[in-house]
Amino acid sequence: MRSDPAEYELVAPGNLQAALSLLANDPGAWLPIAGGTDVMVQYAAGNLPARKLLSIWGLPELRQIEVLPGEIRIGAGCTYSELREHKTLTGEFPLLARAARWTGGIANQNRGTLGGNIVNASPAADSLPSLLVYEAELILASVRSERRMPYREFHTGYKKMKLAPDELIRAICLQPRFSTHVSYARKVGARNAQAISKICIAALGKAAGGLVEDVRIALGSVAPIPLRLVETEKSLRGKRIEPALVRLAREAVAAEIRPIDDIRSTANYRSIVAGNLVVEFLQKLGAGRNFT
Amino acid sequence: MNGVRIVGRPVPRKEGREKITGSAQYIDDMTLPQMLFGATVRSQIPRGKIKKITLGPEIAWNEFVIVSAKDIPGKNCIALIVDDQPCLAAGAVNHPEEPILLLAHPDRHLLPKAVAAVSIEYDALPAIFTIEDSEKKSEVIWGSDNTFKSYLIEKGDVEAVWEKADYIVEGEYRTGAQEQLYIENNGVIAAYDAEHGLTIWGSLQCPYYVHKAMMALCDLPAEKVRVVQMETGGAFGGKEEYPSMIAGHAALLAIKSGRPVKIVYDRLEDMVATTKRHPSRTRHRTAVSKHGKILGGEIEFVIDGGAYTTLSPVVLSRGTIHAGGPYYWPSVRVRAKAVATNVPPHGAFRGFGAPQCLFAMERHMDRIAQVVGLSPVEIRRRNFLKPGQTTTTEQTVREEIDLEKLLERALQLSDYRAKKERFAKENGASTRRKGIGIAAFLHGAGFTGSGERYLSSVVGVEGREDGSVRVLVSSAEFGQGTKTILCQIAAEALGLPYEDVSIAQPDTGQVPNSGPTVASRTAMVVGKLVHSAALGIKESLIMDGKLVDACSAEEFRSALRDYVAAHGPFRSLARYEQPSGIFWDDQKYRGEAYAAFAWAIYVAEVTVDLTTYGVTVNDFVALQEIGRVLHPLLARGQIAGGVAQGIGYSLYEKVIWQNGRMQNGQMTNYIMPASTDLPPIRVFFEELGNVHGAFGAKGIGELPMDGPAPAIINAVADALGVGFDFIPLLPEDIFARLGAISDTELHPAGAA
Amino acid sequence: MSLPVTHDRRKCEISFTVNGVPTTVDAYPMERLLDVLREELGLTGAKEGCGEGECGSCSVLMDGRLVNSCLVPVLQASGANVVTIEGIAQGANLDALQEAFLEFGGTQCGICTPGMVMAARYLLSKNPHPTTEEIQEGLSGNLCRCTGYIQIFDAVANAARRGFGA
Repeated sequence: MRSDPAEYELVAPGNLQAALSLLANDPGAWLPIAGGTDVMVQYAAGNLPARKLLSIWGLPELRQIEVLPGEIRIGAGCTYSELREHKTLTGEFPLLARAARWTGGIANQNRGTLGGNIVNASPAADSLPSLLVYEAELILASVRSERRMPYREFHTGYKKMKLAPDELIRAICLQPRFSTHVSYARKVGARNAQAISKICIAALGKAAGGLVEDVRIALGSVAPIPLRLVETEKSLRGKRIEPALVRLAREAVAAEIRPIDDIRSTANYRSIVAGNLVVEFLQKLGAGRNFT
Repeated sequence: MNGVRIVGRPVPRKEGREKITGSAQYIDDMTLPQMLFGATVRSQIPRGKIKKITLGPEIAWNEFVIVSAKDIPGKNCIALIVDDQPCLAAGAVNHPEEPILLLAHPDRHLLPKAVAAVSIEYDALPAIFTIEDSEKKSEVIWGSDNTFKSYLIEKGDVEAVWEKADYIVEGEYRTGAQEQLYIENNGVIAAYDAEHGLTIWGSLQCPYYVHKAMMALCDLPAEKVRVVQMETGGAFGGKEEYPSMIAGHAALLAIKSGRPVKIVYDRLEDMVATTKRHPSRTRHRTAVSKHGKILGGEIEFVIDGGAYTTLSPVVLSRGTIHAGGPYYWPSVRVRAKAVATNVPPHGAFRGFGAPQCLFAMERHMDRIAQVVGLSPVEIRRRNFLKPGQTTTTEQTVREEIDLEKLLERALQLSDYRAKKERFAKENGASTRRKGIGIAAFLHGAGFTGSGERYLSSVVGVEGREDGSVRVLVSSAEFGQGTKTILCQIAAEALGLPYEDVSIAQPDTGQVPNSGPTVASRTAMVVGKLVHSAALGIKESLIMDGKLVDACSAEEFRSALRDYVAAHGPFRSLARYEQPSGIFWDDQKYRGEAYAAFAWAIYVAEVTVDLTTYGVTVNDFVALQEIGRVLHPLLARGQIAGGVAQGIGYSLYEKVIWQNGRMQNGQMTNYIMPASTDLPPIRVFFEELGNVHGAFGAKGIGELPMDGPAPAIINAVADALGVGFDFIPLLPEDIFARLGAISDTELHPAGAA
Repeated sequence: MSLPVTHDRRKCEISFTVNGVPTTVDAYPMERLLDVLREELGLTGAKEGCGEGECGSCSVLMDGRLVNSCLVPVLQASGANVVTIEGIAQGANLDALQEAFLEFGGTQCGICTPGMVMAARYLLSKNPHPTTEEIQEGLSGNLCRCTGYIQIFDAVANAARRGFGA
């Protein structure tokens, strides 16, 4: 344990308004901490620059999963276990459910929150690609207002995001309109469970008459942010699912992603495996089956 | 029949209750009054000379105890084999993370900042990091030629075989470093006062190694040093020699401050600064007849020892002796050496040289099979050692081991033939290629040659006031079941209930030196001594007229109670005696290398996913002949655990080096298999007995480490038709190789 | 070399229940729950193996959920119901899961055992009849270097068969 607890302040206001007021009074001074599965690791390693922390763990306003007409609203403080246990959510959004299963071991799923994962903004985070393909929207709250933003616009660069210093993510909104889509998700890590992904994919598609009607593909660990493969999707839409499409898809994916060499894997490996995963998705799409 | 009441049955683990309730006392669970916490300032460069040490102004240094090499009362070294490793670097630095200064403070939270506030200026020197760079000798970093030790084995006439050979098969095989990754990091507490001397409590395997090292470091006589082993959370060799270093550090701080000092590493420090398995390079050149018989060959075996000697000569020894595997070599030359590089010294890890050379041997056998046009099964059958034949060191195989039969049994248990055929058929079109591979091997138990005689282990059994007996050994429990089996042996020998036998905590102030807990010697060598010592108690009672040989447990207890009441508690001691007929020539490296070999055949079934290039082990059969199963659960647990570590060694555990420093010193990035990565590990035993071991037992602790890697990599070759000759084998490595081969060129079978 | 004893205003009183006992500690809010349990409360059953939530040897139950106590700031345990390995056995009586671990050789060096027992307990409380795959998944956050897991799985499966958790 390489940090001195005596140097850190941690406060836990009992409700969201109090938390937001604290952020508003002293913007940028407080680091929010939810389940701690990222922040506490940095802290123990002696790598946490922040000295004032604001605990948002357990804030009741952030812990609901609301099933509304046309939308499911997931409180940003919901843990991965809570996501996994919510039958409607997992039924409508299997890619997110799958990713929740992959996020660390059970103990970390009991503490890690979806909001925390979004704000931690690791490009390797397992659940973020699924939010991209599901066209998630975020509700951001501050004392000033609440606003909605398409999640696609949230990350602007490595660990940079459109979150004002006095804002918290309040909820993640998903509209159930993909139940007839073929869904495909896969994570490639150094081992089967509890591994940071070398690459992960979430994809949705619809085929009709052997043609790609709709396709949405997002990858983690191939860019500084979780990446929606917009150009690849464009090149696939309306095309016939056949071997020629496979080659086209590989080229499009390779052109669109920017993987790096790092401690976990290599750029070349990520590049080719990304193509393999997209091809595997297309094969499932062609066969008309779900594959998660 | 010998030993049916207790030995051979799954009696409760002696210390199981404490472990399952969380009351077992590991070193970090222990505190002493007035205790300080210690930390180590370490080199950040791989090689150079320390020019200047500056203590930063932001720290209240007067609150700290600071120790440097100048404070060492005795000799600045960690005494082991060759006294070349300093306890604290004084001028020269030879590896990253080399200890330089020690700090202590009552508040452990203030230590990381203080360590960071020590700035050290160096005159850097060129450093070397690979076996090849060491061999080049353009930088000589140790001795005159970077070579810690070398061995030469020569049997028969190697020069004559090349002309007679129908095939000459060559191969080069490499293994990487591996971290022991015990879940409990290294830790010790030291306390010193002039009257009692120095006491060390720690997580360790060899209390007497630490004892010897502290005497030399602190200039203390034997009776002024006491070492106590606490409950130890895994060791695997990683706590064989390293504890002497951390104990020395705590001792120096304790001596200087007059207060107890605890040093417990966190995971990062433990990974980057302590010992790992030696990386290796093995080169085979083998003369083979057209019938697939090995005529002879040359084996060059090289291990990277890191910056100081530590145990490299002994690791090298075991690797040298095992390099020929379980095969008959009419002629062979084994040239082996351990070389120096500027990385933290490598050290003991389960297997101790054998996993390295046996990986090479078993990969090479599959290569020979392919060249000659025989199956991996057939090539082994034709070359297995048979009773009456001699090993590479000309040790005659005296037991009735039938390796062909053992192989056949393993093949049936794993359904090898049917699977191999089915995989070959089904692989062609699939993105998931399956394969199945074999490894055949042996593992010598106990110290090599005259090593056990040199150790001259002593074991005690104590008769106590209440009529029970207590085993006194320095052999450490760290999960393998030391306490349980030694108590079983004593109970069996005396006809007592298992509950009537206890075992003392290893404390050099209380127990004799039964030798280090290494080399798979505890059941076999120490167990046999426990047997003798236990019988010695009974003999004393018989000689005293209190007992007859055929007595009941209650009669024994009663007689012992009377005896102790009259004479006080007493000990029966047994000392190791080398069995007659065991000859070992240390110069020629020839003769009876080990008192007993265990034999094994492992079979691994894998799937290679061509989408991710990942390898999954789907099924694993571990069949071994181990003399006698003393405790079925412990034995199975040892094999399963060793196989899991072997799977890690082959497919998951990669040390990423940069300038001699491990870059992935965290569990997030140094990957060991978790529960979802392992296949069902199916363990089977055969028992031929062993005259040199307690109740016929051979050592088994290290055996399971030798087989998984070659079995798995052979299976991958079977799946892909492409052979790999190094471990760890990561998906990125498979990808890099296959990337050069198109899908149509990938043959499902045929390449080794 | 003693430091002057003063009350540190950066500490606060944090109350929670540990193994059924209401407890109050005076701690820095960012002290790890693991350290508070071990050092303040003398409950040394939970262990530090990695300090980063990878090995699970620090696992405890917090409000009925398995958590890695090395990642919980003690302030976040305020008002919580914490159960550690010390709270499992009833005096001299081990519970059925603990008995199964001993009977099936699920413990070797013992350092992962407290966390492993808590994780197995949590698994069986949520899923009293797990398949082998479900046992593997339930324990995937608890690393064991000694056993290769097979005898741990045997123990958990056996406890499940005997109705533990149902």
